[in-house]
Amino acid sequence: MSNDRASRRVPILITIVVALMLAIAPLPDWATSFRPNWVALALIYWSMNLPRTYSIGHAWLIGIVLDVAHGTLLGQHALALTFIVYLTIKFHLRLRLYPVSQMALTIIPLLGLYEFLLFWINGVTGIHAPLTTYWGPVLTSALLWPLVTLILRTVPYRTHASYL
Amino acid sequence: MAAGSDSRHQSPRLATLGVRFLLLCGLSITLLIVDQRENHLTTLRRALSAAVYPLRAAVDAPVTFWHWINDTTTSRNVLLLENSRLRTERLLTQARLQRYAALEAENARLRALLEATGRVRDRVRVAEIMSVSPNPFRHSIVIDKGTRDDVYDGQAIVNANGVVGQIMNTGLLSAQGLLISDPDHALPVVVNRTGLRTIAVGTGEFDRLDLPFLPNNADIQEGDLLVTSGLGGGFPAGYPVAVINKIKRIPARSFAEVSAEPVAALNQLREVMLIWSAEPTTDSKVSNE
Repeated sequence: MSNDRASRRVPILITIVVALMLAIAPLPDWATSFRPNWVALALIYWSMNLPRTYSIGHAWLIGIVLDVAHGTLLGQHALALTFIVYLTIKFHLRLRLYPVSQMALTIIPLLGLYEFLLFWINGVTGIHAPLTTYWGPVLTSALLWPLVTLILRTVPYRTHASYL
Repeated sequence: MAAGSDSRHQSPRLATLGVRFLLLCGLSITLLIVDQRENHLTTLRRALSAAVYPLRAAVDAPVTFWHWINDTTTSRNVLLLENSRLRTERLLTQARLQRYAALEAENARLRALLEATGRVRDRVRVAEIMSVSPNPFRHSIVIDKGTRDDVYDGQAIVNANGVVGQIMNTGLLSAQGLLISDPDHALPVVVNRTGLRTIAVGTGEFDRLDLPFLPNNADIQEGDLLVTSGLGGGFPAGYPVAVINKIKRIPARSFAEVSAEPVAALNQLREVMLIWSAEPTTDSKVSNE
């Protein structure tokens, strides 16, 4: 059983690690405010398709790692990721029926909420930046969602026996 | 709603989702408040940053590999050319250093005459930048030296041209530095020509610092060099910071609008130097007061 679980988890873990690496990889100046939210996209995909294996506990831990990597307040990304993964799991049955294009549109409010939470916490702690600079990641993430699903669909994982 | 309709099949994990969500939200908010108010989480952050280190190293690996490939495949001719160029450069710097040595001796003699304490040279060490902040609202860098190399919070970071920033968080193997251009950063400086003291504040742009506290009649000119004053405590005195490039005096206001361009190219950094001030104990006393 534990072997089964491991074989199911390792490929998914690798995708998350790759997402984290993309999130801290250096980009040219003009591109940093358009960096897609790779970690959020990967977490939305996995929590939508495997809500029993991947849950908000994992999202929270990954958020803490992201906080340390970005040097933000501990708990900031963790809170934002917990929010969107909660919503994804809550509505996973409905979201799974959406075609890719509609799901890409659904990404916009989800990541909008994510960025808003970051903006809000930044504002409370005294880091002020214009609201417009938070839109870049939301738009690029929505545009890249089809690509992300295309790539993550090729990741081999075994579904739960009681999945249906 | 959709999830509720097939609750018969739900595993216990999904049934307790709401409770766990609220718990994690509470935990995050507690962490946020504790991290904002107190400094108790430094050790936790340090441990976690050691865990993130492999990630950073992996991200940095292609760049390092590219440099290595470049270094190993440079042709002999290029190397010879570079060698001769460096040799002439070394001659020039040595000539300049000779003058500097004489000046330093004179300075020490004069200080002795004035019965002031002699200045000890600062200890310097080179660190490589592993990554720059992926967060566009924060101008920070991560360097490959940490507490293992005696790096401490608030330590000054410079490069060959001038001041770059200061250390913000330290991990075991890496440390995070805040650049002087970060909107949250302010640095006490003096105008080198006149000795006028003021404060240079970051703007969020790599090529601009603001000097918001200079009155309209202050003796400043475009092209004036700003150097660290050492009065804030953290920075050793006398390192170049920026050159004043714009002065706008508005008679109706009491302060002039002055901006300066940092002498270190903050967005083109690859290597930086860490400075251990000669007298850290007196410095920290000053900053505590």
